[in-house]
Amino acid sequence: MSLLSVESLRTSLTSASGIVRAVDGVSFQVDAGETFALLGESGCGKSMTALSLMRLLPDAGSIVGGRVLLGGRDLMALSESDMRDVRGREMAMIFQEPATSLNPVLTVSQQIVEVLERHTALRGVAARRRALELVEAVGLPDPAQRLDAYPFQLSGGMKQRVMVAIALAGNPGLLIADEPTTALDVTIQAQVLELLGRLQRERGMGMLLITHDLGIVSQLAHRVGVMYAGELVEVAARQAFFTSPCHPYSRKLFAALPRPERRGGDLETIPGSVPPLTTAFTGCRFADRCQSAWARCADEKPAWHSASDGHVVRCHLYDPALAARQGGTAASSERRNCEDDEASPAAGVPLLAVSGLKLHFPMRKGVFRRIAGQVKAVDGVSLTLTSGRTLALVGESGCGKTTVGKAVLQLLRPTGGSVRFDGEELTVLPPDRLRKLRADMQIVFQDPYGSLDPRMRVGDIIEEGMTALGRTAGTMSRDERIDALLARVGLSAVMRGRYPHEFSGGQRQRIAIARALAVEPRLLVCDEPTSALDVSVQAQILNLLKELQTSLGLAYLFITHNIAVVEHLAHEVAVMYLGRIVEQGTVGEILREPKHPYTEALLSAVPRIEGEDGRPVIVLKGDIPSPANPPAGCHFHPRCPRAMQECATLYPSETRIGATRRVCCHLFK
Amino acid sequence: MSIILWTDALVFVLIACALAAARYVSRREYLLSSWRRVGESRAGMAALTVLSAFILVGLLDSLHYRPRLEAVAGKSTNAANGYSTEVRSALDMLLMPLKSGTEKTYSAPLATHLYARETVELPDGTQARVFPRLKHGGAHLKAPAEDWLRDVVAKTLLGLALAVLAGLTFTGIAVQAAARHWNVPWRTARGRIWRGETRFAWNAVLVTTAALLLIAGPVVALAGSYHVFGTDKVGQDVLYLTLKSIRTGLVIGTITTLAMLPFAVALGIAAGYLGGWVDDVIQYLYTTLNSIPGVLLIAAAVLMMQVVIDTHPDWFATAAQRADARLLALCLILGVTSWTGLCRLLRAETLKLRELEYVQAAQAFGASAARIMGRHILPNVMHIVLISVVMDFSGLVLAEAVLSYIGIGVDPSTISFGTMINTARLELAREPVVWWSLVAAFVFMFILVLAANLFSDAVRDAFDPRLAGRQVVPATQGQAT
Repeated sequence: MSLLSVESLRTSLTSASGIVRAVDGVSFQVDAGETFALLGESGCGKSMTALSLMRLLPDAGSIVGGRVLLGGRDLMALSESDMRDVRGREMAMIFQEPATSLNPVLTVSQQIVEVLERHTALRGVAARRRALELVEAVGLPDPAQRLDAYPFQLSGGMKQRVMVAIALAGNPGLLIADEPTTALDVTIQAQVLELLGRLQRERGMGMLLITHDLGIVSQLAHRVGVMYAGELVEVAARQAFFTSPCHPYSRKLFAALPRPERRGGDLETIPGSVPPLTTAFTGCRFADRCQSAWARCADEKPAWHSASDGHVVRCHLYDPALAARQGGTAASSERRNCEDDEASPAAGVPLLAVSGLKLHFPMRKGVFRRIAGQVKAVDGVSLTLTSGRTLALVGESGCGKTTVGKAVLQLLRPTGGSVRFDGEELTVLPPDRLRKLRADMQIVFQDPYGSLDPRMRVGDIIEEGMTALGRTAGTMSRDERIDALLARVGLSAVMRGRYPHEFSGGQRQRIAIARALAVEPRLLVCDEPTSALDVSVQAQILNLLKELQTSLGLAYLFITHNIAVVEHLAHEVAVMYLGRIVEQGTVGEILREPKHPYTEALLSAVPRIEGEDGRPVIVLKGDIPSPANPPAGCHFHPRCPRAMQECATLYPSETRIGATRRVCCHLFK
Repeated sequence: MSIILWTDALVFVLIACALAAARYVSRREYLLSSWRRVGESRAGMAALTVLSAFILVGLLDSLHYRPRLEAVAGKSTNAANGYSTEVRSALDMLLMPLKSGTEKTYSAPLATHLYARETVELPDGTQARVFPRLKHGGAHLKAPAEDWLRDVVAKTLLGLALAVLAGLTFTGIAVQAAARHWNVPWRTARGRIWRGETRFAWNAVLVTTAALLLIAGPVVALAGSYHVFGTDKVGQDVLYLTLKSIRTGLVIGTITTLAMLPFAVALGIAAGYLGGWVDDVIQYLYTTLNSIPGVLLIAAAVLMMQVVIDTHPDWFATAAQRADARLLALCLILGVTSWTGLCRLLRAETLKLRELEYVQAAQAFGASAARIMGRHILPNVMHIVLISVVMDFSGLVLAEAVLSYIGIGVDPSTISFGTMINTARLELAREPVVWWSLVAAFVFMFILVLAANLFSDAVRDAFDPRLAGRQVVPATQGQAT
């Protein structure tokens, strides 16, 4: 008998637009010692499934049907007070955002002991000893000291470790991890994933892992369930799933993922977006977006069909009655020619030349606000970028990459160094001259929800730049120009009169791109433009950016932490660590044979889909130091697996390797 | 001769602003949807109906004129231009029987006799101390002791009957209009409204209107021949006084806001967006203002203003104009001293907004600071302005009462809740106690403030992005959790 068995669970939420059937007939089992991954895009009902299992739904939500058996006991039949015994003792949950999951006014030990006292007989010193064991088990550095720390004294990765310790305190048989690493950096994510995998193996726990990242699934899961629009569409063992995904949606998810071999070509995209869960579905929910859909898909709800042993899929394509007809409909993912354009660095004057860029924020203290120190957010960064090329600036959060982007645009005035755009020195330009140049450099932001003024219509948003810079549209009227821009980014002209909240994340990002294009820039700073988007939507935006670059000759300064996107889009890569560039070169050089130990670790930490390469994961110890107080010598040496004596005292100077490559590391002198 | 006092002019400006705002809102879907949510709130709409009744009284009281003097045998000395020095309002005209029907001194509600004994000479030449008959209250009764109760009940019933009639007519008209609008039979429209199936809370409006009419009907029927709320020390009808107080309360509550808004909005947004020394100066300014005890500051300003007014009697043609100037000055003083709270709120919100990416995108276009503040920040803080304006209103009505009570409020000749409560202080010390003018002022002010608070709650709920956000973006929930 399985540890957890969910039988046609249905959960709905009431909202202004009607009843949202967030979970609609989901069934699956999780065995002890097994990790079952629920995979899907946002809005598919993954989190609602987890909350329904814990019976922790928001006020608007209620479970309308189905059974949840945990160790043979029906959770839906339990009273609320019995349910409290189940939560924490029999199943525990880890949430996405470690920063808000811990109570900021209680110490780590208080929060762990709270659970221990609720679920075990341990009290006082015994409970504290157990808490210490737990934080040791989750690998918190200096456990004895950290036990009395408050959450604000811990970094994001450490907080997530504490969350895991709290979840483990009741010794649960089932652990539900809801996007446990989404809020963390890649190197920290690798630490936490490794921890979760180890704990699960050691304790023989069942684990329900909720994620949107195929890489994480590949690394941790034993079995995979793909969710789409409130229901499961495919359940398979990991191996079977990754070698031959069956449902058209799963196949599309794989195809939309940027991968090195798809470089140069367009990514596969899934047209449209997840249908709102308020709709009453008659046929297959994916039918509208599916290329293999035929009439039957719209009328008849597909039943579960078995594709191979233990691999079931909810799709008419796998109907045994149809098997005769179905010849070679298997994904014909043709591989596009990979034109190697990296080797041709465009000649001529660089469009953007940044040298020795510094941006320090003063830290003030005391009554008279004396400057007590500097946060060196950017500390001597040099870059060059020519027209029609993409330079990816890669690094973890807090390394100063966004600040570089803003300093290039002079949204933040640099403390030192020079930024030359098309031969003109921007740092010393007076504001009025700078305004004229603004049209040439634009920015696309990360958060498609925060980057559009909610009180303005789309047409006004796009027009704003033209009005502010006094751009006339030539022969076209402004309205025509706006319509043309909307068409350019794949939206229709009728959307001009709508407000941003009526659009999905991907559409908003298109609007933000149209706004930037309105003033005909030559340089576009893209600040993580796809990190808030789902994989299928990300592919649409990446394709759009690529297409715009080819047709308009734009130069992109692409700021990101997503290595897969870099592989797909960039020509050159610069890796940043604590305000400095540690390695720079063409995309092939950096990604295929990283030199700097940090680049190496960063690349290896990205969860890979099975079979892509056999590089071992280098798990870095510790966290990223604060830029207010960087380590002496090489900033990376406390975490570096190959640190030498020299590294602790002297920051390595830049070493050139070949024509295009530069590394800052003592190893390559 | 019609005459426009300063506060009247500002009231009209306010109405014009409100109409312009309504026009602006009706063209913007996102604002309209928030206001629709206000319209859906039953409590809010019931409160708005009550407020509308108050506003109607206040507006009637804001149409001022000076009556023409009838040339009494060519003796028009003190009014050379042929107009009285007394300024009246449209409300005065309607309430003329109440206004002119003064008694000698106190009389209880619906009484037929004075509340104080008087020595009268009896027909037989002896003197006796009796409660004399009132000149107006119940004057039509021949034998008050026997007829009073029957008369009062009869008039009440008549009033109720009239009220029911008026209520039915009003409801009928409303339902008829709705039926025509929806293009459904009358009966269906009635059913829909009654069962609350309309998006706008029509049933709350109709029920409240009916309740108001049921209260007003008997009062109107009785007021013709009795003092419904009694009379005060100098024999003025208390019902008249309370109705006149409404305008003072509304003027204080709204014009003060009008005086305060420019400071709060401009300084708050400027401090938040520009930062640096501008922020420092504005912060010092409001911290300093805030650290002076409010009442002390207001008292000092009011007293200075009073001296100025008293030394320049020639500025004002009539006593009403002088009292009005004092009322306006009080509004301005209250406004100047009370902008700090909203300013602080707006500064904080602006600090948050200026870091948002759409503001940075505008900066990347080289948009000027004024343009960003006007086009991006102001529309995005308007909900806070609106909420705080509506919530401040009731506080200001109460503040007027408090200030008038301690003698630094409106001109003593201006009728207001505060002056009524101030005089009630002595009445409560009398034996037997005179309770009606305090109770009347209290009940009216309570209803006004309660309605304003309920309405402001509805507005806040509709405009608060945290509450509204629940319904707008259910799709992102999966991503967030």
